[in-house]
Amino acid sequence: MIPEIGHLALILALSLAITQAIFPLVGTFTNTRSWVAMARPVAWGHFLFLAIAFGCLIQSFLTDDFSVLYVATNSNSHLPNLYKVAAVWGAHEGSLLLWAFLLGGWAAAIALFSRGLPAHVVARVLSVMGMISIGFLLFMLITSNPFERIFPVPAEGRDLNPLLQDPGLAMHPPMLYMGYVGFSVAFSFSIAALMGGKLDAAWARWSRPWTIIAWIFLSLGITLGSWWAYYELGWGGWWFWDPVENASFMPWLAGTALMHSLAVTEKRGAFKSWTVLLALFAFSLSLLGTFLVRSGVLTSVHAFATDPARGVFILIFLCLVIGGSLMLYAWRAPSISSGGRFDFVSRESFLLINNLLLSVLAALILFGTLAPLIYDAMGWGKISVGFPWFNTMFEMIAPFLVLAMGIGPMARWKHDDFAHLFRQVRVALVISLIAGGVALLPMFSHGKMLVGLGVTLTVWLIATHLKNLQERLKHKHGLKGLLRDLAGGSRSYYGMWLAHLGVASFIIGATVVSNYGIEKDIRMTPGSDVTIAGYRFVFDGVSKTPGPNYTAYRGHFRVFDGANQVAVLEPEKRHYQMQGRPMTEAAIDPSLLRDLYVSLGEPIDGGDWSLRVYYKPFVRWIWLGGILMALGGLLSISDRRYRIVRKLSKSEAATRKAGTNATGNPATETA
Amino acid sequence: MGRSLKFLIPLLLFGGIALFLYKGLSMDPRAIPSPLIGKPVPEFSLPRLDAPGEKVTRKDLLGKVSLLNVWATWCVSCRAEHGVLVDFARTHKIPVYGLDWKDDEAGAQAWLERLGNPYVAVAFDKIGRTAIDLGVYGAPETFVIDKKGTIRHKIAGPLSPQLIEDELLPLINKLNQEG
Repeated sequence: MIPEIGHLALILALSLAITQAIFPLVGTFTNTRSWVAMARPVAWGHFLFLAIAFGCLIQSFLTDDFSVLYVATNSNSHLPNLYKVAAVWGAHEGSLLLWAFLLGGWAAAIALFSRGLPAHVVARVLSVMGMISIGFLLFMLITSNPFERIFPVPAEGRDLNPLLQDPGLAMHPPMLYMGYVGFSVAFSFSIAALMGGKLDAAWARWSRPWTIIAWIFLSLGITLGSWWAYYELGWGGWWFWDPVENASFMPWLAGTALMHSLAVTEKRGAFKSWTVLLALFAFSLSLLGTFLVRSGVLTSVHAFATDPARGVFILIFLCLVIGGSLMLYAWRAPSISSGGRFDFVSRESFLLINNLLLSVLAALILFGTLAPLIYDAMGWGKISVGFPWFNTMFEMIAPFLVLAMGIGPMARWKHDDFAHLFRQVRVALVISLIAGGVALLPMFSHGKMLVGLGVTLTVWLIATHLKNLQERLKHKHGLKGLLRDLAGGSRSYYGMWLAHLGVASFIIGATVVSNYGIEKDIRMTPGSDVTIAGYRFVFDGVSKTPGPNYTAYRGHFRVFDGANQVAVLEPEKRHYQMQGRPMTEAAIDPSLLRDLYVSLGEPIDGGDWSLRVYYKPFVRWIWLGGILMALGGLLSISDRRYRIVRKLSKSEAATRKAGTNATGNPATETA
Repeated sequence: MGRSLKFLIPLLLFGGIALFLYKGLSMDPRAIPSPLIGKPVPEFSLPRLDAPGEKVTRKDLLGKVSLLNVWATWCVSCRAEHGVLVDFARTHKIPVYGLDWKDDEAGAQAWLERLGNPYVAVAFDKIGRTAIDLGVYGAPETFVIDKKGTIRHKIAGPLSPQLIEDELLPLINKLNQEG
């Protein structure tokens, strides 16, 4: 019964999505007030039915309803409840439902927090989101229904992929999807603005907080994914340029560019058409990424054609959404006034450089992931793009990005001169070059040239931002000014500051762990020990331990630094009964300066085990960087300007009035 | 006009990508050469799927020309290829090693029992680490490895009798004559 209710709720959500897509939009053009006013209530109803469907699927998992095909393939009665819930988005059908559910959630949030927006803007934005939702719901109902039943009903489910049975990964997809779907808001705002032909500072100000929130989720999602890969895959890597990772990284890059570009559009009125384009890109890449991953084209190139119905549907949907929006862009963007002139040396220029570099990076990654397909289709021969290529590209472009990041916040809006800028950054430049030079000394670098670059960039970022803070506080009466700013005056500056330091943290972490990490794959006899980077790992053997839905071999290690015992590590090798798969659970002793990492390999005859023992200095700084970036984002949306619920200032009230008047003929709006 | 035209660029770019994706739907991406061609097989040491408790390592591949076939039970093309491999192993004196990629151990063992085992040894690459080292894009893929343990050729996609006749055997003969 429950699955049927869920199925029905999906169908109802689809019909509401259709309503949401058509009536409010048409209403804004025909000036039918009642149709425009439908947007909000319909969006709530749409979300309600998606929530019911989502709840029904969760309920089916919790009650072990194996008559539902999706539950039977992805759950098991012995699965802990937390993972039963996480299993909802453990595979294709359920993740689509999660997508649709979150999309409905974002739309409902807009309906709720858009009191200050002109009614026709809200109507158009929600209508665009409704269109996207139609695509997802149709896709689900036609090709990937999560509520499909099977008969005869299996007595037991096949269990969730053990790789996914982990708290980090349970939270990873929702975070990531919140980010992906969140970009649909900026996308919808852009489409609405293109329809109306009205792209102004108000539009940028409305889109900004939503974009930043989506970006925060995406940043956290990627960080969480990287952390998960590190401890769960059992071999201590934190980024693999895996197509799945690329699919999340590309929208992040586009989203980062968008966030900065929106700032310029809001404050200076410049970059308008460019900002719109980035908003379209950020969401298009999210869509492309999700679908490529979901269709299996990227994880295994050979699987693309396995389900032609899905592939064709995906492609048609992509063409409608991306192609349609870019067509609208090509049609309407030429009439957008460029506005906000600026000189070659100005903050705008540096932000533009950053934007371009971020876009180039995203384009290169897109190229790298699609290259095999493109080359093959063109008959240019076959190529394969591995992670050395991605690393090289990244290392070639990212340093320039960081360079501009250091200067950008120093530069004045509109016009600056080289002499002034140089005075601002010269100390930072000298310090960072010295630091890099010291790091390059043979005794520190051990011949690894990238260490010098990494240290220079890190110190450069920190030094420029400290200088920048000092300058700011000079104008703001020192510490008192800082406290006043943080109390609500201008948090967005500190948000930027924190997020940029997050980048510094990431660079130093990545540099140190890639160059000084030690990895040993060895064979050990119980009772023996091994010393890595001054730490002595004593192997006390392996015992057998049962878990809820698995049995595990648990290794016992004591780690000594000199004579002090610093950690007890117990890595596991689990065998999940239902799926018959072995899984490694690494044991990690974390600290800010180094991780000690042990994972069990295979038993070798005579009680010996093959083991991976790693020393990972500074690896935490990578994720700390991600967290700092997210915190920076959080701090900046708490800025008073974005108070989503707030009193309308006079100028806003004026915009609002002007907006309502302009609902009628689009031609007059463009003029 | 030139100013308006530039706004068409994103659309055209996307159109291009969409065309490739469309072609990709009907395409069978095969024979992606590995950047590792001419390079030694990366070090690996994996448990044997066909002989639990034993290991297969890079050393086992040395001293003779051999094939390394990457497969998995979840891969439909591997299933189609399997008969060809069994035939090949029966009629030619060239050892075929298997790399079972990201697979279910029991299922894979059952597969070999049911469909025949053409491999002298099958490495079980549970997490796909060795496959990453080998630059594997998808299954099936087959590497030709010379006596010194160097990768000389790679075929992505299923082997066919014709492919074996035209491509593999001439190469193997040539490699056999090398020192």
